[in-house]
Amino acid sequence: MSILINKKTKVIVQGITGRDGSFHAQQMKKYGTNIVGGVTPGKGGTKVSGIPVFNTVAEAVKATKANTSVIYVPPSFAVDAVYEAADAGIKLIVCITEGVPANDMLKVYDYIKDKDVRMVGPNCPGLISPDQSKVGIMPGNICKKGPIGVVSRSGTLTYEAIWALTCADLGQTTCIGIGGDQIIGTNFIDVLQMFEDDSATKAVVMIGEIGGSDEEEAAKFVKRKMTKPVVGFIAGRTAPPGKRMGHAGAIISGGSGTAKEKVEALNAAGIPVAASPTELPVYIKEKLEKAKAKAKAKGPAKTKKAKTASKKKTSAKKKTAGKSSAKRKK
Amino acid sequence: MKIHEYQAKEIFAAAGIPVPQGRVASTPAEVVEIAEEIGRPVMVKAQVHVGGRGKAGGIQYAENLEAARVWAQKIIGMDLKGLKVNKVLITEAADILTECYVGIIIDRASKAPVIMVSPAGGIDIEEVAAKTPEKIFKLAVDPTVGLKAYQARDLASKLYKDIKLVRQAADVLMKLYDVYWKIDASLVEINPLITTPDGKVVALDAKINIDDNGLFRQKAVADMRDIQAEEPAEVEAREGDLSFVKLSGNIGCIVNGAGLAMATMDLVKHYGGDPANFLDIGGSSNPQKVLTAMRIILSDTNVRAILINIFGGITRCDDVANGIVMAYEELKPEVPIVVRLTGTNEDKAKKILKSTKLEFGKTLDDVVKRAIELSEAEITV
Repeated sequence: MSILINKKTKVIVQGITGRDGSFHAQQMKKYGTNIVGGVTPGKGGTKVSGIPVFNTVAEAVKATKANTSVIYVPPSFAVDAVYEAADAGIKLIVCITEGVPANDMLKVYDYIKDKDVRMVGPNCPGLISPDQSKVGIMPGNICKKGPIGVVSRSGTLTYEAIWALTCADLGQTTCIGIGGDQIIGTNFIDVLQMFEDDSATKAVVMIGEIGGSDEEEAAKFVKRKMTKPVVGFIAGRTAPPGKRMGHAGAIISGGSGTAKEKVEALNAAGIPVAASPTELPVYIKEKLEKAKAKAKAKGPAKTKKAKTASKKKTSAKKKTAGKSSAKRKK
Repeated sequence: MKIHEYQAKEIFAAAGIPVPQGRVASTPAEVVEIAEEIGRPVMVKAQVHVGGRGKAGGIQYAENLEAARVWAQKIIGMDLKGLKVNKVLITEAADILTECYVGIIIDRASKAPVIMVSPAGGIDIEEVAAKTPEKIFKLAVDPTVGLKAYQARDLASKLYKDIKLVRQAADVLMKLYDVYWKIDASLVEINPLITTPDGKVVALDAKINIDDNGLFRQKAVADMRDIQAEEPAEVEAREGDLSFVKLSGNIGCIVNGAGLAMATMDLVKHYGGDPANFLDIGGSSNPQKVLTAMRIILSDTNVRAILINIFGGITRCDDVANGIVMAYEELKPEVPIVVRLTGTNEDKAKKILKSTKLEFGKTLDDVVKRAIELSEAEITV
């Protein structure tokens, strides 16, 4: 099992004839991703590495029944690419593009929030469900199938963490980079909820960095809602202050988004924070063993009960998730 | 990107937001000339990218031309929190009845531009926010529809009772919101927004930060960048398409990706070392970037060892290796360099680097520890 993408995911590549788009279309195909088409206006009817190219996303969806799109177009066109994908009925939009103006993303987010579509990114490495599908730019060879979910705001730091897990024989269900920009389509809490609901995921690694308060919000969520263990890493403990945005930055977050505050928030929610990515597997193994011991102590009959209880909880959670998105609309 | 107060005020004035009469100067003679034009007491205000200029002595009142000249001589060239003052803004000194705060900032949590206003404006606004948050009023604006006039009036009425002042402040808010969108700002701020004895609402200060991602379509604003007001190494880094922040330690770091760069710095500190910089060569693997990165780091005389940590994804290790070889030949570095290259084309990279005297490490922890050892050994020699 996995979240968001699997073997059946049908992917189109927006910007497939560009330098990055064509290279990564090939890489994804090689990994085994079901790439069904590409889109570049004016290049319809041609092929890239054997993948058919369409002029519009709507044409591509009609011909291929694609449900997922990955965007590699330059920043000045990225916003329009997201709108086009959303309007064509794509359900999962992964925007790799770096450098999209933040105020544009505010409008995009506002547009898609009421629709049945999820956006990951922008400025993200995408996601990968080992041995099934990779959508984005993550190197596939560092991943391995297994029980750990990985969610991260970073790019290469995510690879470092995944590699550490793989080296410790801890494979992954899905690894997802949600992006480092201020305004992103999918946040920590969204992904944590999905990992909580995914039966194959036994523990989660969450990688945050300084700025904003997403990690603090995620920590609260873990404490309140999650039954699965979470282990964290926060980058930027030694980052110099003064990179914040005038008075307003301090006022808006009610704090300054420092690593110290984030580590404290995570610890308070029972999430151990590793000092080095190589420490992550150590904490994960500890947590998994504890969970195992707990399950054993309860005995087999109780585990069954616990299972049905957790099912009920899941549906309750879905309701609250709906509520929280309603809140955001305010 | 930050711009100066005088530039922000030019933008405000063009948008119809009332600002005090004034102009920027870079010599005492110009200052006196502008003060004479204004013909009233003036303020001499240092133009540097740092907050708390007033408290640091960079903003002074000049009753007459002589005082203006004296303050200009003192402020131009002075060191303000580590930055040299090259320019001063001369504006007419206003009579202040009340001081408010208004600002608009992009808010990642509500995914909207948030307008903040407070009747308790002035130099202690951060303290006000921390101690008496009830004095700060916030509104998340619908990014698609924009700020509605009644919302602006509502916010303005938190600042003033007099309807004439409320109308003026509401007008300022509407125009400020327009400015925010039109120039791809991430922050616009007026602190203080004052009222004068003759019943006018005026923006006495102005602060604008621009979203770097929007600069490609904001040529006029991009041209406002004051390179003299920035750290030279940071300017070189930006022109070479690198992210760089100078720090005070002695271990130079070259990393791909901001998160990994921060994590590498953190680990240096964790094992008892001190990073000399934050440097992210980005996702592309142009060897030229590595050369620029090495040049910037070697120009820092504090640096005793260099740590290169690359996790290849899009970045190809062999490209980075070629850059390192170029840097070796061109710059002839004398400080020891420790390298870790993992990921795409790692083996090719190691072949390329065989001819150099580089030390290799396998894991992130290994190379960090080794770099610290080398940096300390160098000091005792």
